[in-house]
Amino acid sequence: MKQMNWKELPHAGTILDAGNAHTYKTGSWRSLKPRWIEENCIQCLFCWIYCPDSSVMVKDEKMTGFDYDHCKGCGVCAMECPGKKGAKAIVMEEEGK
Amino acid sequence: MPTATKTVAVTGNQAVAEALRQINPDVVPAYPITPSTDIVQRFSEFVNNGEVDTEMILVESEHSAMSAAIGASAAGGRVATATSSQGMALMWEMLFIASGYRLPIFMALVNRALSAPLNIHGDHSDGMGMRDSGWIQLWSENAQEAYDNMVMAPRIAEHMDVRLPIIVCLDGFIISHSIESMKYLPDEEVKKFVGEFAQLNPLLDTDNPKSIGALVLPDYYMEHKRAQHEAMLKVKKVVQDVSAEFAKLSGRKYEIFETYRLEDAEVVLVSLNSAAGTIKDEIDRYRDKGIKAGLLKPRLFRPFPYEEVGAALKNAKAVCVMDRADSFGGYGPMFMEIASALYPHKGPVLFNKIYGLGGRDLMPLDVDQVIDETVEVAKTGKVKMVKEYITVRN
Repeated sequence: MKQMNWKELPHAGTILDAGNAHTYKTGSWRSLKPRWIEENCIQCLFCWIYCPDSSVMVKDEKMTGFDYDHCKGCGVCAMECPGKKGAKAIVMEEEGK
Repeated sequence: MPTATKTVAVTGNQAVAEALRQINPDVVPAYPITPSTDIVQRFSEFVNNGEVDTEMILVESEHSAMSAAIGASAAGGRVATATSSQGMALMWEMLFIASGYRLPIFMALVNRALSAPLNIHGDHSDGMGMRDSGWIQLWSENAQEAYDNMVMAPRIAEHMDVRLPIIVCLDGFIISHSIESMKYLPDEEVKKFVGEFAQLNPLLDTDNPKSIGALVLPDYYMEHKRAQHEAMLKVKKVVQDVSAEFAKLSGRKYEIFETYRLEDAEVVLVSLNSAAGTIKDEIDRYRDKGIKAGLLKPRLFRPFPYEEVGAALKNAKAVCVMDRADSFGGYGPMFMEIASALYPHKGPVLFNKIYGLGGRDLMPLDVDQVIDETVEVAKTGKVKMVKEYITVRN
């Protein structure tokens, strides 16, 4: 995304487009990456409820994966995930491995 | 032709309250503090008597007063308030938010000393303390100038090239509580002069939702500050234009700084606010004795007009900068500005006197001592102490 110079900024930095935080990609902040293990997922959607960044993607009431453009890798989803019979459906892995 | 005016005998606070009544702001959030309480108390009577349409918000602190002012201004209102000393100090963190959001709030600052020791009387430590907060500062010598500056304040702050908050300073007690003869403009003329206010991107325009005050990280913070700096650069011209228009209306002409017998002056004093009145009298006495004395009194202190002040002072032989506030461990705050203004010039010998802290009187004889020393410095080209307190027992 091309960065604006000081003359191009909206007056007082007011945000005039609702929801434009979506265009600001924060995925590069991540050092740990959540990996979804579908066979262990019971579709409880705890990950979707707890994600502080709306980065759990859901379609037709089913978890379908992560929005890696915005996920900051906080690991809350993996912590909350009950998994199936003790086997987690979300695990955190180091980026770049 | 200047419009018909009414001559009245009023205090500085009364004059500022009258200006606020005539401006008729949408919202006034306020918390009382000596010596500015009187402004808000009088204004609350106007509200109570239905003489203004203002929504008055009585808050629990000055921090809340400025917070409410910010909210009301962002919502779309024309907003005013008043404070002094510790109240100004408590507003401090919110002042930067008002300027960063580019909200044209206008405020009277009745200058009073900061604690400790606790003191309710006039000095400039509150105004100098908020100097770098991004607010425009106008300083006023007397009740007339305080009234006139307050009438001009919304026009300057709300100008589309500017959109910054503005503060009008007047000396606590010396001006705020002393009765003097001055002239009010008719209500209709003030109303016409200040005009209607339309906030840019008001939050109450709910058909167009928006966010203000979002987090800005290192990749954008400097761009925001540079844009804010640009707005400050445009203030000087707007102050000159608004003052010229005001002169046509009132017959009273104000510049970004006032000069008194300065043109050919060899010894010059620089002073803000009420002390300038006393200094002018003494300059007349020294002129009668054949000494070329003069005064420069800044009115617009933020943004500071360095080039113009430098040009006005460069031909003097000696300049004494009188500060009614100290920057502990530094020179007086105005001395630093005057020294910066004169930096490009070979210019006069400079020195700094700290006076009037905590309401200590500056008497004509005290001014004479300063002029005498300035004459001596002009003669010898030598300064004994760059910065020293005067009228202090030692």
